Amino acid sequence: MSDFWHMGGYAFYVWTSYGIGFLVLMIGVIKPLMLQKKILRELVLKRQRNQRVSKS
Amino acid sequence: MLPWLTVLLIVLLAYGLYGGLVLAPADYQQGDSFRIIYIHVPSAWMSLFVYVVMAISGAIGLIWHIKLAEIVSISSASIGAAFTFLALITGSLWGKPMWGTWWVWDARLTSELILLFLYLGVIGLYGAIEDKRTAARAVAILALVGVVNIPIIHYSVEWWNTLHQGATVTKFDKPSIHPDMLIPLLVMAVAFKVYYGIALLMRCRNELLQREQNNRWVDEILEKL
Repeated sequence: MSDFWHMGGYAFYVWTSYGIGFLVLMIGVIKPLMLQKKILRELVLKRQRNQRVSKS
Repeated sequence: MLPWLTVLLIVLLAYGLYGGLVLAPADYQQGDSFRIIYIHVPSAWMSLFVYVVMAISGAIGLIWHIKLAEIVSISSASIGAAFTFLALITGSLWGKPMWGTWWVWDARLTSELILLFLYLGVIGLYGAIEDKRTAARAVAILALVGVVNIPIIHYSVEWWNTLHQGATVTKFDKPSIHPDMLIPLLVMAVAFKVYYGIALLMRCRNELLQREQNNRWVDEILEKL
């Protein structure tokens, strides 16, 4: 098992590559998810505002 | 659709990573450092693939004024930029132990760096123009001009002398790589394509929600929340 993590002496290069790869791909889906939440929240607020305006 | 794609992605990644990191033998010249290939090569392939998708859908939007094509085009840009960044950084991390340097200004590396700048140019230009339909047209033209870079990147290792190794998979003879190493690579390549599908769908959804916020179907989505 420690052989596996050691990567024949290239551990730093191999695991940094995989780490950065993981990070970049995760950010690439988390950001749009957060943006979607934000858009939906704003749209709901906007409609609530419009309803209040049309009632008064 | 998204949950299914996510399950598919996880299965492919698990298989590809296990095959690449555990089952595949170490390379006889490069030892275990070659395992960077399973991130580097799919990213590099996708950096070209996504660019072509972006340019073609941009052209479709330009010619037929199809809004959805514009949205696919612009939504692809940031994903492509991420793949290009990954290809460059993992290439650098592979180059240091194998070539003894993080970076050389040779044809392959430089043209891939230009690809990153093209993506960033597309993102910046789109953000700089207020009217989104005009922005999409401007961006499509920039993307189409940049297509000239794609064959340059692909053939750069044949046309010029370079430190970068030549093609081992995408050539007309049979690939000069052992199946134990090749199969995980192909699985990872498919996984990256699925990832692109997921990331693209999410971005298109956001872009559509913003552009069509006064539409009926948006009301229906909001009512269900």
